[in-house]
Amino acid sequence: MPKTVAEINEKIKRGDAVVVTAEEMIDIVQENGAKRAAEMVDVVTTGTFGPMCSSGAYINLGHSKPKIKLGGGRVYLNEVPVFAGFAAVDILIGATSIPDDDPRNRSYPGEFRYGGGHVIEDLVAGKDLRLVASAYGTDCYPRKHLETLININDVNEAVLFNPRNAYQNYNVAVNLSDKIIYTYMGVLKPNLGNANYCSAGQLSPLLNDPYYKTLGIGTRIFLGGGIGYISWWGTQHNPSVKRTENGLPAVPAGTLAVIGDLKQMSQRWLRGTTMLGYGVTLTVGLGVPIPVLNEEIARYTAVRDEDIWTQIVDYSSAYPEGKAEAVGKVNYAQLKSGTITLLGKKVPTGSLSSYPGAREIATTLKEWIKERRFLLTEPVAPLPGAGSGYTFKGLRIREG
Amino acid sequence: MISRKLVLSFPPSLVDKLIIYRLVKEHDLEFNILKAAVTQNEEGMLIMELTGEKENYERGINYLKETGVHIQPLSKDVIFVEEKCTSCGACVPQCPTAAFVVEPVSRKILFYEERCIACEICVKVCPYKAMKMRW
Repeated sequence: MPKTVAEINEKIKRGDAVVVTAEEMIDIVQENGAKRAAEMVDVVTTGTFGPMCSSGAYINLGHSKPKIKLGGGRVYLNEVPVFAGFAAVDILIGATSIPDDDPRNRSYPGEFRYGGGHVIEDLVAGKDLRLVASAYGTDCYPRKHLETLININDVNEAVLFNPRNAYQNYNVAVNLSDKIIYTYMGVLKPNLGNANYCSAGQLSPLLNDPYYKTLGIGTRIFLGGGIGYISWWGTQHNPSVKRTENGLPAVPAGTLAVIGDLKQMSQRWLRGTTMLGYGVTLTVGLGVPIPVLNEEIARYTAVRDEDIWTQIVDYSSAYPEGKAEAVGKVNYAQLKSGTITLLGKKVPTGSLSSYPGAREIATTLKEWIKERRFLLTEPVAPLPGAGSGYTFKGLRIREG
Repeated sequence: MISRKLVLSFPPSLVDKLIIYRLVKEHDLEFNILKAAVTQNEEGMLIMELTGEKENYERGINYLKETGVHIQPLSKDVIFVEEKCTSCGACVPQCPTAAFVVEPVSRKILFYEERCIACEICVKVCPYKAMKMRW
């Protein structure tokens, strides 16, 4: 018997909804079959906790006396430049922004000790941040300089808004060259010295609903330790890639744009992150509840690491050159074993995504639902799906 | 037999003396140098594994102390700041001595400091600065 989201919410309110994590669902479906599991289980919770560069936060600072128009001016938080191309006192902190005087990769590999991701972490942690701004001054906004401490508790809105999170599957990165390279996938030692991956695998939100049948625009989620929403499909959303017979993409595919009130989030799940020789980013905790509406959804949410395949890409040449060639294929059970065999060589694996973090997020979301603190939502509109023809394009460089 | 990894600090006055030569020759000890450096203040720092019979080992350590060399066990010099660690695992394939292990059930990262040779690679690659040096 198919269920509706409204029926599941009634069960949550009564306190009799059956909620399990995506890990727990594997055994339930294995032992009972998908049909019976769909009757037994109402909600499956997922989670992921990894570096997600397309993340940011916007703040409305409130107006000083006399007033200043930051829009069109320059603004820094703890020396990190933030975007000031909005109205008078709205600013946007991008996760990868770094101080103007950071040596970057001039001293290679750059250390990138502090940047936008760390500003967001410090903000959510309740620390005072030093704001330094200059503006050109207008009749209605005469002030030209501003230097003050700000705090998340004093500003008006503080909103986490991430244009691309929760990648549905991701590349495994290796280095075929004979020198060490520093990438957003971590440090890659020469001659297949290591293979780095970044996905929560069987706990990952979009791998548990591969065709986006239950989640969409408006879906309420766990975001940064608080409650957030899927606001749109993420940038570079690429649903039309080839899929295996279980519906899973074997290359990076769907993504989510998400939003939520930063004031109720926590430092535990928003961490400033340094990638040696690459830059700064933000590690984001995100979890999506999946209503088990029918047997098909139950089958999807029982996905196991060994069912999820991904491509291995050489980040010394194929990736930077934009060549669509893979060195090989591997599944997440193999990656998690600690070693994979590639081109006849045993290669140790490293993860950038925290599996214990993903598990804790899925467990927390499960507890919230069981405690009736979190109700499910029907999507307001769907994400572009596998048959939509929506694709991720490259940039053609042209002169004009 | 005793085998320990030690961090030896040499004051500037001892940097050019034949201390390790005498340590090994006169006390019949084996050594394996893991790292050596002279700092800006011209102090010497030597990380080594020292192996030998218990009696010889103790005599050797006493000799080092008498010369004015400061000794401490190596493991204390690389610090694992557990509350900063997210258990991602970026450190695991980088460590040359497999001091980081993924606990198979919890998948949390464990740091075996007795395996650490203080090469500092983890200090650089940890995205969350959860590994740091004491000095």
